[in-house]
Amino acid sequence: MSESQRELMKGNHAMCLGAIRSGARAYYGYPITPQNEATEYMSFHMPKAGGSFIQAESEIAAINMVFGAAAAGVRAMTSSSSPGISLKQEGISYIAMAELPCVIANVVRCGPGLGNIAPHQGDYFQATRGGGHGDYRTITLAPASVQEMAQLTYKAFDLADEYRNPSLILSDGVIGQMMEPVDLATIPAKDAPKKDWAVGLGQDKRERNVHTTIYLEPEDMAQMHLKLIDKYDRIRREVQYYEEFRTEDADILIVSYGNSSRVARTAIRHLREEGKVKAGMLRTISLWPYPYRILNEIASNYKAILVLEMNWGQMVEDVRLAIGDKTPIHFAGKHGGLLFTPAEIEEFVCAIDKDPNNPKTAWTPIR
Amino acid sequence: MSDVKTIAEPVQEKLVFDRPKSLTKRGFTYCPGCGHGVIHRLVAELIDEFGVQDRAIGMASVGCSVFSYWFFDCDFISCAHGRAPATATGVKRAHPDAFVFSYQGDGDLASIGMAEIMHAANRGEQITVIFVNNAIYGMTGGQMAPTTLENMVTTTSPLGRDPILAGGPIRMVEILANLDGVAFAARGSSSSPRNILKAKAYMKKAFRSQIEKKGFGIVEILSNCNTNWRKTPQEANKFIDEEMVKAFPLGVYKDVFADKSKK
Repeated sequence: MSESQRELMKGNHAMCLGAIRSGARAYYGYPITPQNEATEYMSFHMPKAGGSFIQAESEIAAINMVFGAAAAGVRAMTSSSSPGISLKQEGISYIAMAELPCVIANVVRCGPGLGNIAPHQGDYFQATRGGGHGDYRTITLAPASVQEMAQLTYKAFDLADEYRNPSLILSDGVIGQMMEPVDLATIPAKDAPKKDWAVGLGQDKRERNVHTTIYLEPEDMAQMHLKLIDKYDRIRREVQYYEEFRTEDADILIVSYGNSSRVARTAIRHLREEGKVKAGMLRTISLWPYPYRILNEIASNYKAILVLEMNWGQMVEDVRLAIGDKTPIHFAGKHGGLLFTPAEIEEFVCAIDKDPNNPKTAWTPIR
Repeated sequence: MSDVKTIAEPVQEKLVFDRPKSLTKRGFTYCPGCGHGVIHRLVAELIDEFGVQDRAIGMASVGCSVFSYWFFDCDFISCAHGRAPATATGVKRAHPDAFVFSYQGDGDLASIGMAEIMHAANRGEQITVIFVNNAIYGMTGGQMAPTTLENMVTTTSPLGRDPILAGGPIRMVEILANLDGVAFAARGSSSSPRNILKAKAYMKKAFRSQIEKKGFGIVEILSNCNTNWRKTPQEANKFIDEEMVKAFPLGVYKDVFADKSKK
């Protein structure tokens, strides 16, 4: 790797730079806060990179433009925020079924409904369970810094092409809006791979390419399903990204992602400095596939596990799926678009350390 | 699939009429007497005449023509309902030298896809839209369409379309002709050989609009749905000529190629 080239950037800008440097040459978007910096950035930088930019008439049109560009073999992207991502779900379902690669970024705001423009993590289920109609999945990566906005978007295009499947960036209003240094050396500009399955010119020299999602005969559809199931299984085995922080000697394990994990990190450091509790964290980077394997392996090393999410409890279900009853699970949520503070996380951790079954935060699906 | 019908090779000694090169050998699956077969043929003939088969990319819509990629022998995308103009936009921007067309019905283009068609036209996307208007949702079994005539009986307007409650037939080419991005907009009919030839002449200009980079081109073609209209094909074509054309006047609504000095 060459020398580091650090530049101070906004999260949404870093995400777009990561896309362009990975060879993305099509971006279609629609205004929605808190992701407007992405559309604005692309309106200038995408044409400059020789790609196409359109401010679409709707989120629905934007994702269907991405459908066309992806089918035409171009690395294509759209971004939005929660209500806009809901509108894109129809198109994402088609793109997944047509097995086309693209990247969709969700700079999550608070819902349901119009909600507000404050950061939230309420779109976890939508992102990790497919989101639209039918049984499909999107590779979902959750950046926790501006650096990762650039790097994971860059990576998301590679994964999308490798598996011919849409990739999702699940960010939030804080990560999208804040400024941090990005090491540009980690995202060297490259050309997108050529795709022999794309629609395009020169059809007289090859078989024609058709992208469809309709298989009226159940027997034909079943064959398609088996193919997709096999692919998703392969992705599940091969893509499980996470970061372990101070887990080696910890008594309490925090599981978190994105913006919440940043506050958790501060709390863990403080708790250790004060000599109060030895806490550690598993920060999940891929949310689908979820890093079940590592969580299952390490769960019994801890007195209890505390899941932190800025929602009503979504990822906590994946933690439970990973570890069953091995270790007591706790959940602390944050609502309305408010952020965690280190002090309140420390309080939760201390109470759980004292009583690993502390009923105030204990979480179980069995009611 | 085993029940796929293909067209036999012609056996005449002197070939006087053949299938266009841009149609596959697969037999059409449309109802007997339906206009889709004729309109498919016109599109394919023009792809051949302009010599763009090696770079033609079609957008199939949702409706009876959802499987049009079975019949056109070129690259194709089967699009989401109403979204073909948006998907076509993504393709055309990626391959500006391709010949990109969408083939859409009235429910697809004038109801659920209203936003996509209006904005693709307004941006002046260099694409060609073939819009088949049979005043009904054919594939789903004959429900009211945005283009259903006043008082016309459908399965969701069992007492006839009431314009006070359900509005009247929407005239898309007239609306689209008002947009600056549109180079050519016309309405033809598939009801008779004479009208079919005229429709082809319109379609030729919509092809030229794209190939000569003049802008967005659309041809609406009045077609019959004899099955859901509960008519014989002959009665259905007569209905187009006698009733449909009153709500949907045939003619050219915008033409960048027209000689303005003649006006």
